[in-house]
Amino acid sequence: MTASHPIRVLVAKPGLDGHDRGAKIIARALRDAGMEVIYTGLRQTPEMIVNAALQEDVAVIGLSILSGAHNAIVPRVLQLLREKDMADVRVIVGGIVPDEDAEALKRQGVAAVFQPGASLDAIVRFIRENAGGDRAAH
Amino acid sequence: MKTAERQFTTISGVPIEPLYGPEDLRGVDLARHLPPPGEFPYTRGIHRDMYRGRLWTMRQFSGFATPEETNQRYLYLLAQGQTGLSVAFDLPTLMGYDADHPLSEGEVGKCGAAISSLEDMEILFRGIPLGDVTVSMTINSPAAVLWAMYLVVAERQGVDWARLSGTLQNDILKEYIAQKEYIFPPRPSMRLVTDTIEFGARHTPRFNPISISGYHIREAGSTAVQELAFTLRDGIEYVDWALERGLKIDEFAPRLSFFFNAHSDFFEEIAKYRAARKIWAHVMRERYGAASERSLKLRFHAQTAGCSLTWQQPYNNVVRTALQAMAAVLGGAQSLHTNSLDEAYALPSEHAVTLALRTQQVLAYESGVTNTPDPLGGSYFVEKLTLDTEAAARDYIRRIDEMGGMVPAIEAGFPQTEIAAASYRYQCEVESGERTIVGVNRFQSGGEPIELLQIDETSGNHQRAKLAALRARRDNSQVRQTLDALQRAAEGTENTMPRLLDAVRAYATLGEICDSLRGVFGAYQETTHL
Repeated sequence: MTASHPIRVLVAKPGLDGHDRGAKIIARALRDAGMEVIYTGLRQTPEMIVNAALQEDVAVIGLSILSGAHNAIVPRVLQLLREKDMADVRVIVGGIVPDEDAEALKRQGVAAVFQPGASLDAIVRFIRENAGGDRAAH
Repeated sequence: MKTAERQFTTISGVPIEPLYGPEDLRGVDLARHLPPPGEFPYTRGIHRDMYRGRLWTMRQFSGFATPEETNQRYLYLLAQGQTGLSVAFDLPTLMGYDADHPLSEGEVGKCGAAISSLEDMEILFRGIPLGDVTVSMTINSPAAVLWAMYLVVAERQGVDWARLSGTLQNDILKEYIAQKEYIFPPRPSMRLVTDTIEFGARHTPRFNPISISGYHIREAGSTAVQELAFTLRDGIEYVDWALERGLKIDEFAPRLSFFFNAHSDFFEEIAKYRAARKIWAHVMRERYGAASERSLKLRFHAQTAGCSLTWQQPYNNVVRTALQAMAAVLGGAQSLHTNSLDEAYALPSEHAVTLALRTQQVLAYESGVTNTPDPLGGSYFVEKLTLDTEAAARDYIRRIDEMGGMVPAIEAGFPQTEIAAASYRYQCEVESGERTIVGVNRFQSGGEPIELLQIDETSGNHQRAKLAALRARRDNSQVRQTLDALQRAAEGTENTMPRLLDAVRAYATLGEICDSLRGVFGAYQETTHL
């Protein structure tokens, strides 16, 4: 992959919740920032998300979770990534995640947790600075 | 920034003039266009005496964890002076899955009360006389099933269905448009909604079988005009389907109710409610020839804007909510939910929900805004904003008419795309600092710790154990028979409500009933519109 390649990001909405305002805004903002964004749509299981990440060869998975189900869903995604030898894919989580849960998720391997009120700019910057082989892109 | 360069707009982006005066209402005959409250087209309110006659219903949306715990919260809220109940269901219930379904893992009781069977519904309303307390249920896709459970609980309490009063949210169109908690495709879903409207017209004369909801459209990021227009056009769609079923307009229209957001832009919201009543009255009379005055009057519940609540400096949310609630009251709401300060984090704690209820009580009993109806009527600004809002909403309604109605518009992704664009535009304004959110992009300060309601996995375990015991205890051959009968009804054209009632009485679970219906109707997959 050359340095000029755009960063590929999978924006995913796991769980039963359908509130996709945040996921859609993030998908658009990342696209406007020059990234290639694949949005999975709603109600994706961890298996579906990791398969999509593999098929689409993404550097980053962004999970949007507002329902409080993050402690059930995120560790499963991380585990599947390890099983498929995809541990280099960065997982970031956005949504309603209390501080202590956010710390616990980071200890398990999540690269960042963005809570309500996080700026789009901060999210874009984080991905640019941390997205694996594309680190030199900007 | 110098004043001359600044753009003054509502939160929806509508430009606001430096000053409003008589010239803004030139050509508008106020006496003719603005009759007193209680008179067609009800712009100033649906009652002549408004809150002097009766205050709005203070109805806090509430539900969490197990039905046992939610029942305790209801008894507490009623003891604190709340005047109606409003049930929040968890995501598995909203999606028609039992608590023990694999997709329910981690979600049971998190966003509302977990209800998988009639047994749970009986527990939810234990000690609450359904003949006296009005109950609203926010249950969209499986509304017919949960309503059947509610009717059977009433039956077992010995309450005549004719005495039951309350509201079923049951607005599936706004699910495809905004909130996305759908199960079946739009057309079979519309058939189920029509079944409830028809059944209600015959058996529950005081119950609102549907609350046509703009709230979630707004929460998804729409403008005020989009919220208004899409909601009223959804209402038109339900009316068309009920007429198609053979009902007469005045048989069911009086029981159609509405639900709007109370967002942060004070005057824009008031104008929205006033325009809503006016447009609906005209639609009912001119488009449908409704004769009953009750068909013409748009009644609405309002809830303050959840999406306006901030995680940062959560106590600011008390102030936001109070202002939004006042807009709803000045706009003539029939019932009101005020959000709790901690809802950007979690479902509300008992302390937070009590404060939210007190906010309504201060408005009702201390502020004096209830002394006279539509106190802002005649304001140059409010009247002009009402007229402009009406015109912009009518334009959207006309465009959706031209697409063949709301179902084809949804299938084409029209409202979804309009909302996504508005939502992104707003977020970019916040991002650039063009819009201020106190405590978030200006006036930031350190954290303020608050106490939160925590829901762990014990609720899920409790619910799963109860379900296992129920499945072992009930007459499973009777369950099978009632589900088969339901399936046959769903395949045909008869009203499904009587079959749903039979299945519920036999303790068929929500998941089993919805699976039977999925077998006939299929499940909906949306095409994403970014």
